[in-house]
Amino acid sequence: MTGKPPTLGRAVDRGLAPFRGRRAASLLPRTRLGGPVPWVIAIMVALCVLAAGGALALSNLAASARGDLAGSATVQIIEADNDLRAEQARRIAGLLREDPAVTGLRMVPESEVAALLEPWLGSGEAVDAVPLPALIDLELAAEVDEDALAELETRIAAYAPSARIDSQETWLAPVLDALRTLQFMALSLIGLLAFAGVAAVWLAARNALGGNRDTIEIVHLLGGSDAQIASVFQRSILLDAIAGGLLGLVLGAGAIALLANRFAALDSGMVAAGSLSAIDWVILAMVPLFAVVIAVYTARMTVLASLRKML
Amino acid sequence: MSAKESAIVQFDNVGLRYGTEREVLSNISFTLFPGRFYFLTGASGAGKTSLLKLLYLAQRPSRGGMRMFGTDVITMPRDELPGFRRRMGVVFQDFRLVDHLSAFDNVALPLRVSGVRERDLAGPVNDMLDWVGLGHRADARPATLSGGEQQRVAIARAVIARPEILVADEPTGNVDPEMALKLIRLFEALNRLGTTVVVATHDYQLIRKVPESLIMRLDKGTLSDPTGALRYPPKRAPSGVEA
Ligand SMILES: Nc1ncnc2c1ncn2[C@@H]1O[C@H](COP(=O)(O)OP(=O)(O)OP(=O)(O)O)[C@@H](O)[C@H]1O
Ligand SMILES: [Mg+2]
Repeated sequence: MTGKPPTLGRAVDRGLAPFRGRRAASLLPRTRLGGPVPWVIAIMVALCVLAAGGALALSNLAASARGDLAGSATVQIIEADNDLRAEQARRIAGLLREDPAVTGLRMVPESEVAALLEPWLGSGEAVDAVPLPALIDLELAAEVDEDALAELETRIAAYAPSARIDSQETWLAPVLDALRTLQFMALSLIGLLAFAGVAAVWLAARNALGGNRDTIEIVHLLGGSDAQIASVFQRSILLDAIAGGLLGLVLGAGAIALLANRFAALDSGMVAAGSLSAIDWVILAMVPLFAVVIAVYTARMTVLASLRKML
Repeated sequence: MSAKESAIVQFDNVGLRYGTEREVLSNISFTLFPGRFYFLTGASGAGKTSLLKLLYLAQRPSRGGMRMFGTDVITMPRDELPGFRRRMGVVFQDFRLVDHLSAFDNVALPLRVSGVRERDLAGPVNDMLDWVGLGHRADARPATLSGGEQQRVAIARAVIARPEILVADEPTGNVDPEMALKLIRLFEALNRLGTTVVVATHDYQLIRKVPESLIMRLDKGTLSDPTGALRYPPKRAPSGVEA
């Protein structure tokens, strides 16, 4: 009645071969893992890109401010007697010119000093009675630090007890501090976003595991290894993460471009100094890449931990 | 060659309890030899499914020793279990087909898990579906198949990879006698190729159809040996046995 059963194929290779690709992916009904995950990842990535862009702009700003001012200082000589002051300034300048720490020196003309102080002192005859300080702008060799500057100050004090050297970095310090704080906050924000992203993927993976428990058990009993089953979930989350990451990058980068555009309209040198370089944009483009890696890794660890509870 | 060395499965004083209940299986000791055809009988609730679950590594025993393919599976590291499961074919009492996969994909699953390439598996899978009479239903989801059709898909999936041992739990419970016979012939064909077959059933008509089979009987969780199947060398069951 029946005829012979089909020739049963040669015994299959029973190594623990990978079970990948479209076929493996078909083990999960596509809709299960999808849901909100790509959107959550898109939002996380957009916010991360924005925060990272801000952090990079601040760091560019700080670097450029430091670069402009680093290596410069001003000598100030306060002396009521005009002749004495001029003599002191001349002698100090002579001394500093010899000093290897000083690479450039300019006596600031009295008219310029007057112009500098005008906002505070006003102008007019009464002011002529106020003795102006003598100023010498210095350019310093790269390796000169605060200590060397202090040492220089004691040496010129021999010529003019009232002479002071102001490193411009000193008064820039609070500004740089503020920038650093902002940067720190941006980086903390990125860390928190990454954490929230991990939590979202963890929840989604657990949910998908629960929804596919039967399928997983069957594949498990047919000899599917943990790694094989995990790779099915990984693949699913990989596609979600790539979609979400790209969308997030577009949104985040769009927002940065818009902001840059608005700030550029302010036409301030300070803002121009904060603009992003090509390398910065490459770093921003890496954000979704990191998001994908973190998401896939989280999904894998979640699934493996859950599978380990099965025999 | 000693009995231990040639045995494919060996249970030594195995006990199983679910949770804190009384033992469902007690003092189960037996040895299965390669290439033989075993029936496992017993009343409903006697523990047949429980014993088979131990056999296909879905359940750990509460006590006792188990060796399969010459390896102690109790102390074996967890990551070696998949390799062992691939050497077995299982027909579950409740079929356990994957709902959202077609009959074809369900049958192909063990081959895919074992890393058989797509172009190598279509032929064998379709042949097997033809043979269980479901060639025309290859694209159907399990939910759209009758109980007997689902059972045939489950059987096709269990034998497709030509396992070293086939474990079938009531594999003919939902099919007509003619189909039951056809399925038993499939098991016999597999058996002749060297596969050890263990079939749980309470259908004595079916047992009689396989004269060379050996019979294990479970009675309230303990194993009896009416035909000397568990002795070594195993005594062949007399044909027409009434257990
Ligand atoms: N997961 C479980 N948890 C608790 N008790 C269980 C579980 N599975 C089975 N049992 C109990 O173990 C005993 C044996 O069940 P088992 O399914 O092994 O019997 P069976 O011989 O296969 O019966 P049937 O012929 O009806 O399939 C039964 O009393 C059953 O209630
Ligand atoms: Mg049962």
